[in-house]
Amino acid sequence: MTSPSSTVPASAASATPTAPRRGMSDDERRAGRRRRWWKEVGWKYPLAAIIVFYAAFPLVYALSAALSSRGSLAGSSSLFSDLSTVNFEALSGTMYWTWVVNTLVVCGASAIGAVAMGGAAAYAFSRFRFRGRRASLTSLLIIQMFPQTVAFVAVFLLLIALGEVVPELGVNSKLALICVYLGGALGANTFLMYGYFNTIPIEIDEAARIDGASHAQVFWRLIIPLVVPILAVVGLLAFISAFGDFILARIVLTSEDNWTLAVGMYQWVSNQLTSRWGLFAAGSMIAALPVLALFLSLQRYIVGGLSAGSVKG
Amino acid sequence: MTINQDDAVRPARAAEPRQPREPREPRESHARSWKGPGGGFLVKLLLMMLVNAIGLAAILTAYRAQSWVILGVMVVLLLVADWIYFSKRAVPMKYLYPGLIFLAVFQVFTLFYTGYVAFTNYGTGHLGSQQQAVDAAMIQNEQRVEDSPSYPLAVVRDGDELGFAITDADGVVSVGTLDTPLEEVGGVVVNEGGTPVEVPGWEVVPRADLFSDADLQAQVTSLRVPVSDDADDGSIRTREGSTGTVYLSTLEWDAAAETLTDTATGVTYSPDGRGSFVSPDGDRLAAGWYVGVGFENFQRAFTDSAYAGPLLQVALWTFAFAGLSVLTAFGLGLLFALIYNDERLRGRKIIRTVFILPYAFPAFMSALLWRGMLNSEFGVINDWFFLGANIGWLSDPLLAKIAVLWVNLWLSYPYWLLVTTGALQALPGDVAEAARIDGAGRWRQFRSITLPLLMVSTAPLAIASFAFNFNNFTIIFMLTGGGPTFPGASVPLGSTDILISAIYQISGVAGGRADYGLASALSIVVFIVIGVVSALAFRQTRKLEEI
Repeated sequence: MTSPSSTVPASAASATPTAPRRGMSDDERRAGRRRRWWKEVGWKYPLAAIIVFYAAFPLVYALSAALSSRGSLAGSSSLFSDLSTVNFEALSGTMYWTWVVNTLVVCGASAIGAVAMGGAAAYAFSRFRFRGRRASLTSLLIIQMFPQTVAFVAVFLLLIALGEVVPELGVNSKLALICVYLGGALGANTFLMYGYFNTIPIEIDEAARIDGASHAQVFWRLIIPLVVPILAVVGLLAFISAFGDFILARIVLTSEDNWTLAVGMYQWVSNQLTSRWGLFAAGSMIAALPVLALFLSLQRYIVGGLSAGSVKG
Repeated sequence: MTINQDDAVRPARAAEPRQPREPREPRESHARSWKGPGGGFLVKLLLMMLVNAIGLAAILTAYRAQSWVILGVMVVLLLVADWIYFSKRAVPMKYLYPGLIFLAVFQVFTLFYTGYVAFTNYGTGHLGSQQQAVDAAMIQNEQRVEDSPSYPLAVVRDGDELGFAITDADGVVSVGTLDTPLEEVGGVVVNEGGTPVEVPGWEVVPRADLFSDADLQAQVTSLRVPVSDDADDGSIRTREGSTGTVYLSTLEWDAAAETLTDTATGVTYSPDGRGSFVSPDGDRLAAGWYVGVGFENFQRAFTDSAYAGPLLQVALWTFAFAGLSVLTAFGLGLLFALIYNDERLRGRKIIRTVFILPYAFPAFMSALLWRGMLNSEFGVINDWFFLGANIGWLSDPLLAKIAVLWVNLWLSYPYWLLVTTGALQALPGDVAEAARIDGAGRWRQFRSITLPLLMVSTAPLAIASFAFNFNNFTIIFMLTGGGPTFPGASVPLGSTDILISAIYQISGVAGGRADYGLASALSIVVFIVIGVVSALAFRQTRKLEEI
């Protein structure tokens, strides 16, 4: 990637037309062009190599640590000195796979719930005119600015109180954590979806209604198939945000067999950073690869969703 | 929310051309029709049956647990749900209701509850209501009654839950656990000594197990089974696992005077107005309840010598961290976008994909990964770039701050690369061309044309990103845990703690001394900052006008 090709890209040449000077040989002209190419374009390749190193070396390093037969942080600096799957095999001796299942359950349920409730709410706001609609939209906009995570003390106390009545909704229950995540779903996603729903022409609904369709039929049979892209984006964003959440998962889930990956892997690394390094590296590779693949393949949609309001990172 | 029926059932912007209709029977709504296409009504009926069943079960348990607030809320929610889904009037609410419940309970309520807790002294030593504090105090002061009868007792178990089965003088057997008071059971087999040997629904723990398992023994000797719901009636305890005796509290609760009197010493404890029982000598009972303390928590955060200094440092660092994170990531992302948004480059797609890799890697894992890489002894950063020197990246106050910013830059510049690349490509080309023709240099073009145009679309995102980083608990907690701790400070705060991680440490939700009041007060401070920042964002985007 870094070696400059000898042929000058046509666009570069045409972008900067030069009057042929007298007494200039072909070689000199070619050298001049190459100089200009270097000045304008060529230097970007070596720079890109540096940036690629900056962006990727921690990940490559993690991959190397995962594939090393050594399990500790000490000596992990020499990359790919040996290749083995010891660390991956060792994962089954830990709670890792329980945490993976927990994470999938919690994140999957909150993604599905967020899509269902957000989609329904967006349909109501986009298709019906009812008293209090404007006020509801405005208050939703204001509420969503105050993140749930800052109110985690109140969430904790609420779950303690709820748990005395319904233990399934108390502290140390995955269902309770899902409910907490769903509490933030409407505020975060309704606007994203509302905007998209508004782009579906209302004439479609009207035609269906004249044909005798009920509001539910319009919603399920007409609108939903048309808004699948935004449903996918919201589902993915909800999944990723639940996947990355630490603070709520940590205070809600107290026993080890209920932990999600974020809580469990933090516990690994915070207690015995050096000795469990291989485990952590292997675990993070397994957990990150699907997310990475999903993210890169859906890049286009996610970026659209990001710039429409929600922020990660 | 009241709903105008006429509007509700009509779709938006429906011009409603009243077409001449043939006179006919008024059509029944699909929502109530048995023969509606697709059996939608049947599905709804089943779902509502499920909802009602679960709701009623929850209401019953709330009644049994005597949680009147939760009971009331559940009754209202269930009635409203039934009304909404079987009424023809509330069509929009049919779509909004489930989301609104979750929003109301788990977000709006928690926000207001934070506001309430901020004005109380809720925390260790002040948990629950006064009645709970009285019960706890009485339990803590229970003693064996001198001439109490002893009952034949068997230790019973159901899974992990331990209980006692005792036989009273009339031969009636009762079973109880830590949480459920003694209750009579039938069908019990007792041996000649009166000790229960078979209890239906429970597994009787053999005596031999008690002797061999020290852990179980400790659990049994510390177990107290309340005689009844009333703490005055005392409890059954055992010393050896075969006989149970009644323990009664030495404290006596006088509900009218709101005092606890120790019958052994004659000391009277009365409420001190701050949620504790105090004797005339100043002795305080450990169990207390929470009361309103006005602005004391806020005052403590700003003036208490133990908190004010560290918290001020934390607050300043929070602003610096959030501001610098946005600036550096925005700057680097924009720089890369400007350089690599160049059609003459080959392999742009591949280059850009590798550039955004850090963003696709889950943030908490990146922070943990860097925690290992920055390790002073074995970390790869010291090994590769600093000749194996032992630089304490995470243990020196200044270096830790730089490390946090560095890692956050690595995590978040791809976001800005993506956003600014999109924004650059959307910029009109003619303005830049006009500037070029007027003789503007590259820098001049960038500063006067590109950047201002770019800011229009990215400034709201920058403000949102500031608010996000203001509460970026994950990276701080995963990378440094807030450390290194302030030298000599009595509070568990450190140089890289931001407000949200400080709140986490102070609140004690993860163990240690809990101070929910002070933590909530700080949450309110954070809310105010976020509110101001968001108000700025509103003015930028004027989103409100688009509704």
